[in-house]
Parts: sequence; structure tokens; C-alpha cells
Amino acid sequence: MIKNAAKKIYIILIFIFLYAPIFTLIVLSFNASRTRAKWGGFTVKWYVELFKNDAIMQALFNTLLIAFIASVTATIIGTIACISIMNLKKRTRALVIGITNIPMLNADIVTGISLMLLFISMGLRFGMGTILLSHITFCIPYVILSVMPRMKQLNPHTYEAALDLGAGPVYGFFKVVFPDILPGVLSGFLMAFTMSLDDFIITHFTKGAGVDTLSTKIYTEVKKGIKPEMYALSTLIFITVLILLLLVNKNPDEKTTKQLKSEKH
Amino acid sequence: MNKKKMLGTPYFIWSVMFILVPLGMVFYYGLTDKSGAFTFENISAITSPEHSKALFLALLLSLIATVICLLLAYPLAMILCSMNINQHSFIVLIFILPMWMNFLLRTLAWQTLLEKTGVINNILTFLHLPTLNIINTPYAIIFGMVYNFLPFMVLPIYNSLTKIDGNVINAAQDLGANGLQVFTKITLPLTVPGIISGITMVFIPALTTFVISKLLGGSKILLIGNVVEEEFTQASNWHLGSGLSIVLMIFIIINMVISTIFDKDGEGSVL
Repeated sequence: MIKNAAKKIYIILIFIFLYAPIFTLIVLSFNASRTRAKWGGFTVKWYVELFKNDAIMQALFNTLLIAFIASVTATIIGTIACISIMNLKKRTRALVIGITNIPMLNADIVTGISLMLLFISMGLRFGMGTILLSHITFCIPYVILSVMPRMKQLNPHTYEAALDLGAGPVYGFFKVVFPDILPGVLSGFLMAFTMSLDDFIITHFTKGAGVDTLSTKIYTEVKKGIKPEMYALSTLIFITVLILLLLVNKNPDEKTTKQLKSEKH
Repeated sequence: MNKKKMLGTPYFIWSVMFILVPLGMVFYYGLTDKSGAFTFENISAITSPEHSKALFLALLLSLIATVICLLLAYPLAMILCSMNINQHSFIVLIFILPMWMNFLLRTLAWQTLLEKTGVINNILTFLHLPTLNIINTPYAIIFGMVYNFLPFMVLPIYNSLTKIDGNVINAAQDLGANGLQVFTKITLPLTVPGIISGITMVFIPALTTFVISKLLGGSKILLIGNVVEEEFTQASNWHLGSGLSIVLMIFIIINMVISTIFDKDGEGSVL
């Protein structure tokens, strides 16, 4: 009994630790006072102001657009790359996977700097394009990492059977292989989207003047003091994601849903 | 067969172009001076007092943060594992979810919580406990590192724990092993890939951070990450910045080698 209680208390403490800043930010978004230091009463005015603030709205739009384009592109390139990596000889495969892991294992600051130097030497103009190229680069490994295990579990004979029965390679892929790797593709996409959305360091080095994502905008605001509209915006984003995830995960028994899904296919 | 291999060509070109070539550029800049002549000066600059101090402090703080993460994460992963939650994705979600709130804002929120007159100190005073004055000190930086990188320690350990075959533990118990023996002889060795992967995922970002030290350490405490960042964004001395990055990469490479030795099959991956 005591052991179970101790376990529960430990988990609760860790969750307080993980979620305390989030709770703080939500509270601050309703704070009438402009400074973080004191509580000036309850207000929703920052939520109204937020939609009038063009700079923040533009940064939000940039952030979402970059995350979307980068994660979709990374998912397509990464998934296709997985097919071919599976067919490589053992040694080449190890080499390719090793290179793939570099952006994940390398420090963000080194990745950011190295891409910045590349773009400068290529004479590219810094802006949305350079941010996108960088984001796609660090998103691909997350896709490959989550699609690869699914590919390994595949039964190669089902695809061959489809080909024997007259399916073309593309048709066979989408009818036989794709449904089985879909969970991996989706989680890779989600992971890539999250990483792109939360990235600051790589964007910091590869963005040009004039283009801002939410992260870089917040960073420049740190010295002047964060605008309370930012708290309101991040609260809205967090709550939206929370609701979406709760809806997706509503069914408590994942296994039954998976079985249902596989029966459908 | 060949057609399938060809499918990977776009990615292979991409990875050479945007992973390998950029790293080559860092080495090129790090090993040359402004006139383009070969030099080791940018790398040996690490031995200057201010740079070596920043590197040493970064190493010390990130090592402490990694150890704290490991000590917090292992029991947590074991408890999560023993709770028998069918939903593997749910556990991952709980730890990924905070990432949807901006990383800079989350770290700034700790500033509010840790301040001298902040929320935590108000609670401590209310309880008649001594107050905590860690904001703008190295302790606050360690705190921020543990907060930001703890999920990256928990997830790989949790993953490797869930992969342990329950029969192995039952067999050990049947053969007379007690709880401690089961842990040291079975559980711990089988989760080494997860532990190593977790250490890599925490140590490298902690060692190279410049944001956490800037937000929670005041502007006085410089870590090696801050030095490199300033060389690129303020001093515009890319050669020196690249040279110091090469020094950082030595630690990163050591880390990669260790993680590939211990984790050959990618067992301890985050996902």
C-alpha cells in the first residue's frame, strides 16, 4: 500500500514539474497586468488584442505554414527513402542510416550554423526558403525513424503476391504496403510537425531579417518583455492540441481500435 | 530491385547536400582564417581562459543535469511500465504534449516561478520554509536543462523497459533471485540501450544550449553555446565560431560512437 502511494506521489510530482510552466502561462494569459511579476486581476482582453496584432498573426501563419510544408515534404521524402533503404546492402544501409541520424544526434546549434554557412556560400537569400530547407532536413530523420520499424515488420510476400496477381508497383504499394506502414507514417508526420513547430535554434540561424516565426519573435521580445498576447496565443494552441488529442485518443483500449482498423482494410 | 534503390536517390542527394556538405563547411571555416589560409588558431582558441571556462562550465552543468535526469527518469519509467497502461502512445503523448507550448515561453515561465518574489517562494514563505534563491545562478540553468530534456531520458528508457520479456523476470524469480538481484542482473542490463540513448539525447542539447543559460542564468553566465552563438550573430567571426563548433563536435562524435556501440539495433529509440 505504502509502496503504491509512494509511486503515485512520485508520478504526480513529476507531472507538476512538467506542467507547472504550462499552467503558469495559461494563468498569465488572463492577467490584466502587463508584467509577469504581479497579478492585476482577471481579463480576457489579451485574447481580443491577439487577433488585432498583425505581427503575431503573421508569425503564427509563418510558423504553421513552415511546419506544414516541412513535415509533409519530409514525410514524402522520408517514406520513399525508407523503401529504398530496406533494399540496400547491409553495409550501405548502415552508412545511410548513420548519416540520417546525424541531424538528430548533432547539436542544434551546429546544425543551424552549418546550414547557415551553406546557404551563405550558395548565395541564397535568407528567408522562408532557407527556413524550409533547414526544417525539412531535420524533420526527415524523425519520419525515417518511425516508418523504418513498420517496414521491417512487413511481410514481403504480400507485396509480391499483389504483383503476381497483376497489381502494378504503385498500385501494389498503396493497396498492400501503405496501409501497414500508415501508423508509422502518421506518427512520423506528427513528430516532424511538432519538432518544426517547437524549433527555435535552427530557425534562429537560418532565418533572414524580416521573417519571423513565433519562436524567433518571442526571443526578440525577451529583452523588452513578452507581450501578454503571446501567452494568450500559446494557451489557445495548447488547448486546441489537447482537445484534438483527447478526441483522437478517446477510445481507452488502443488494441481494439487497431484490430477494427485492420479488419476494415 | 534496382528500381527500388533508385527511389531513395532524392533523399540521398538531399542528405549529402544538407547534412554532409554543411558539416564540411563548418570544418572549412574552422580550419581557415579570414584570408582563407589554413590555421589551427580557431580551434586552439578554446584554450583561452574565457573560452575554456565556458566549455568547462557547460560540461559540468550538462553532466549534472544528465545525471539528475537519469535518476529521475529511471524510477518514473519503471512505474509507468508497471502501471500496465495498454496505450503506449498515451505515455509518449504526455511527454510530447508540453512541446506544443513554445519552448522559450515554457522556460520563461520558470523565471516567473523561480523569481525571488515568485510563486514558489511565496508558497515556501507561506509554509515557513527557507526561500529558494536560484534564479540567475548556475543552479537555475541545471533546473532548466532537467526540465527541458527530461522527456528525452524517460521515453527511451520506458521503451526499452516495455520490450523486456516478462518470462525472463519470472524465470529469475523462480530461480531464487530477489528484487534487487532481478533489477541489477536482468532489468538494468537489458535497458542499457535505452539509458545510453537517453544520455545522448540529454547531454548533447544540454552541453550546447545557449537559450536556457540566457533565459535562466541572467546574462552573466556564459556557456560554450553562448560563446559560439555570439560569434555568429554579434561578432560575425564565423571562423572562430566554426573552430569552437569543431571542439563541440568532438564531444558529439564521442557520444555518437558510444551510442552506436551500445545500441546497435536502435532499440533505445525515442519513438
